[in-house]
Amino acid sequence: MTSDTNSAGRKVRSGFSHFFLVIVAIFFMGPLVYALSTSLKPADEVFTPTPHLFGSEIRWQNYADAFTFAPFDRYFLNSLFVAVAGTAVVVVASSMSAYAFARLRFRGREQLFVLFLGTLMVPQEVLIVPMYWLMQSLGWVDSYWALILPWAFTAFGTFLLRQFFLTVPAELEEAARVDGCGPFGSFLRIMLPLARPAIAVLTVFTFISFWGSFLWPLIIINSVEDKGTVPLGLAQFIGQQGTQWNLMMAASVMAMLPTVLLVILLQKHLVRGLLVTGLGGR
Amino acid sequence: MATDTTTVAPPGRTVRAGRRPALRRDGRYAGVFLAPSLGGLALFTLFPTAMALAISLFDWPVFGERKFLGIENYSHLLHDPVFRRVVLNTALFVVLYVPLNVVVSLGLAVWLGPKIKGRQAFRVLFFIPVMTPMVANVMVWRLLFQPGGLLDAGLQSWFGVDAPNFLGSSDWAMPAIVAMSIWQGFGYNFLVFSAALDQVPQSQLESAQIDGAGVFQRFRYVTWPMITPSIFFATTMTLITSFQVFAQPFILTQGGPGVSTQTLVMFVYNQGWQFLSMGLASAAGWILFVIIMGITAIQFIGQKRWVTYDV
Repeated sequence: MTSDTNSAGRKVRSGFSHFFLVIVAIFFMGPLVYALSTSLKPADEVFTPTPHLFGSEIRWQNYADAFTFAPFDRYFLNSLFVAVAGTAVVVVASSMSAYAFARLRFRGREQLFVLFLGTLMVPQEVLIVPMYWLMQSLGWVDSYWALILPWAFTAFGTFLLRQFFLTVPAELEEAARVDGCGPFGSFLRIMLPLARPAIAVLTVFTFISFWGSFLWPLIIINSVEDKGTVPLGLAQFIGQQGTQWNLMMAASVMAMLPTVLLVILLQKHLVRGLLVTGLGGR
Repeated sequence: MATDTTTVAPPGRTVRAGRRPALRRDGRYAGVFLAPSLGGLALFTLFPTAMALAISLFDWPVFGERKFLGIENYSHLLHDPVFRRVVLNTALFVVLYVPLNVVVSLGLAVWLGPKIKGRQAFRVLFFIPVMTPMVANVMVWRLLFQPGGLLDAGLQSWFGVDAPNFLGSSDWAMPAIVAMSIWQGFGYNFLVFSAALDQVPQSQLESAQIDGAGVFQRFRYVTWPMITPSIFFATTMTLITSFQVFAQPFILTQGGPGVSTQTLVMFVYNQGWQFLSMGLASAAGWILFVIIMGITAIQFIGQKRWVTYDV
C-alpha cells in the first residue's frame, strides 16, 4: 500500500467518524431544540399531530408572558442572590482552608485533612432531615439563610484549591516572606492571584450547583411566591390543570441560559480545571 | 492519597531547629485560616451526620412529642413492602444507568479521538445538560414523553407506530427515566474520558502501530492501561450519584405508576415531608449512606485488580 492510498483511506474513515458524530450531536440536541421551538409557539400549537419546528408565528411574547403567568422575575432574583452569596462564601472559606492545608505547618494537619475529605462521603440526602431540624431550631425555615449557608461549606472547594496551591513553587512565597510578608500577605498577594484559573473553575461549578439546586429548596421554602428559586418555580407547574407548555418551555430556556453561557465562556478553563485538579487523571 | 507528609515531621531536628518558632506561628495562623471551613463543616455536616443517626432511633414527628424507639424504624423499613420495592427500583436504575453512561461516554470519547476537528465543540455541547438546572432538563423531557409530545407525534406521523404512554406505563417509565438521565449526565464522563485520552502520548500509539498492532490491540495495550484511573474515578462517582437520583422520577412520574419508579431519595422526601415522620426518613437516609459507603469500599478494593496507577 502506498502512502497515498493510505492517507486517502484515512480521510474517508475520518469523514465517516465525523459524520457519525454529527448525527449523534443532532439527536443529542433534539430535546434542546424542541424546548426552544415549543417556547416560541402559540399555546394551541404545542401538540400537533405532525411535529413542526415552527408554529404559525414566532411568539417571543411567550418569554414576557412567562413572567406574568408566574412570578419568574422574583424566582430569578432569588436564585441569583442565593447563588452569588453562596458562591462567595464557598470561595472565601475554601481558599482560606486550602491555603492552610497546602502551606502552613501545624500539628494534626494530615488527620484534619482526611476528616475534611471524609465529609465528602456524606450524601446530602442523609443530611436533609437533621438539617431541617437544625433550621427549625435556628428559626431559619423559609429563609434565605437556609438557602445559602448549610451547603456553603463543602470540602470539595478546599480539596480543589489545595491541589492547585501545592503546585505553586515554594520559592515564590519564601521570597515574599523574606521581604516581610506574613501568611496573610502572601495568601492575598501571591497565592490568590496565581490561583485565578482554579478559583474560576470553583466559582463556576459552585454557582451552577446553587443555581440548579432543587431538593433542599423544595424542603425548606414554604412561601414559594416570595422566596422560591427558579427550579422551585418551574416545578410549580407540574400537576397543574392544562399546563401552559409554551410558557413553561420559555421559562426553562431562560433558566438554562446563564449556565449555558458560563460553560461556553469558560470552556477552556473547565477542561484545564478538570486536568489541574486531577479529576481528569488521578 | 499522596499528601506530602514531609513538611509535617521534618527529619534531622538539629538542622531544622531554627524553624520551630515559625512552626508555632504557623499554627496560630492556621487556626484563623481554617476557622470558617472548620466551623461550617462541623455545624452543617459533622453534627447533622451524627444527628441523623440519633433521629433515626426515634419516633420523631416534625411537630409534637418524640419517643425513643431503638432500631424499630430500621426493622419497620426492612419489612415494609414499599421500602423494599423502592430499594429494588433504585437498584434497577443504577444497574441500567451506570454501565450505559460509562459505555456511551467512553465510546464517544474514544470515537472522537484527539485528532478530530471541532472536538472542543462536542465537549462543550455534551457538557451543557450537565450544567443546566436539572428541573429544567426534566421539564423538557416530560413534554417530550407526554402523549402528543414529540416522541408520540413523531412515531405516529413518521413511522405510523402508536407510541406507548411512556410515563404512565410501568414497563416504560423506568427506561424513560434512564434515557433522560443518560442524555443529561454522560457529558461529564465524556469530558473526563476525553481529557484522559489526550494524555495518552501519540508517539507510543504510533510506535505500537509501526510494530503492527491493530486498532483494538492499540486500545487494549496502550490506551486502556493509561485511562483506567479515569474510568475508575468516573465509575465510582457515577455509581454514587446514581443512587441519589431524585428530580428525574419526582418530576417525570412522581414515582408512579403506583410506586414502580419511586427511588430511595423520593422515599426519604415522602416520609419526611409528606408523612412528617422524620425518624423513618432519617433511617432510610442512613440506609442509603451505608449502601453508598459499601459500594465505595468494594470499588476501592476491586480497583487494585484492574487499575494501573504506575504508568
